[in-house]
Amino acid sequence: MNEYTTAIVFGAVFGTFVRIMMLRTDYRQYPTYLHGKIIHISLGFIAASLGALAIPAILEEQYTAVTLLTVAATQFRDVRNMERNTLNEVDQYELVSRGKTYIEGIAISFESRNYLVIATSFITTLVYIIGGPVYSIVSFVICLILAKILMSGSTLKDIVDIEYHPLRFDGAGLYVDNIYIMNIGLKERQEEILKYGMGFILTPKDMNIVTTIANLGQRQAILHDISVALGVFRDSGTPALTPLIKRDLDDGRLGVFILPQVRDVDKAKEIIGAVPVLESAIRMPLKSKKHNKEVNSDEY
Amino acid sequence: MNIEKAILAIITTKKELVAGGAPIFICNNKNDLERIAANLEAITDGIAHALGEELYIIVKH
Repeated sequence: MNEYTTAIVFGAVFGTFVRIMMLRTDYRQYPTYLHGKIIHISLGFIAASLGALAIPAILEEQYTAVTLLTVAATQFRDVRNMERNTLNEVDQYELVSRGKTYIEGIAISFESRNYLVIATSFITTLVYIIGGPVYSIVSFVICLILAKILMSGSTLKDIVDIEYHPLRFDGAGLYVDNIYIMNIGLKERQEEILKYGMGFILTPKDMNIVTTIANLGQRQAILHDISVALGVFRDSGTPALTPLIKRDLDDGRLGVFILPQVRDVDKAKEIIGAVPVLESAIRMPLKSKKHNKEVNSDEY
Repeated sequence: MNIEKAILAIITTKKELVAGGAPIFICNNKNDLERIAANLEAITDGIAHALGEELYIIVKH
């Protein structure tokens, strides 16, 4: 035992605790398994220990010890690879796949959460050494709140208006409002779709969003989340019963066609609203200077 | 080049509408047409699309 032992223990414990707090199994159903959780808690513990060790190392003028953090960075890049590979493998056997963009988003967040853990244990250890256990606990609570804020991105309900529209057939063409979804030839299939299907229109709130929700990965994420939460009326070998999202080219609205097992309009709206906006789908054309120049010059 | 979609079968009641590479099924009436299209859809894991009242195709997506 030396003067830093308790500080390091504090940092490591708090860091691991932050990781556990961020590891929720929610409607995204991942990670569902005990083993998956154990992997991430252990990695979180390693991250927390690394973060906690950095401060005493600096104080003892063991500067080379800090280079250990680079090992940590490599390690957590591997976490991202591991998640990506696992999810890609599993995705092939989903009835409605997650899509690569969603998987990438999940993998990125797993990596970044470990860095949040390192930061937490780094800060709590530092505060412990400077101010003692009480301040350390206060800094831990602040870190926890910051981590919660940092890890929650925006969701679809912030950027689009969601409206229910019944499905209709025009000849063999399936429509949601005026958006063409697909051609269904057989009468019995059409009846099934009218009976089990639901249609929603997502209207973007501004120009940035038109491009964001047009992203195919973002659309697949919507379909996946709905089918996970409400079930899906399909099986392998029934490609006609595939939930689809098509786009109105005129104004960028999306027509969502889903086949849920639980046909509850309000629930479905809620779930569509809670779909995360994927980081790699976000586009901000309104921030481009060139674009704004042209828009403004049109006005004058 | 990868061809992703393919017409697996053509089902029609009007023989003179069709010709060409895919297997063609000629039916006597609308009922037969629907029945054969439904069967072929199930067998081939494709989707039956209607191009008109008398002409269906099965497409693999």
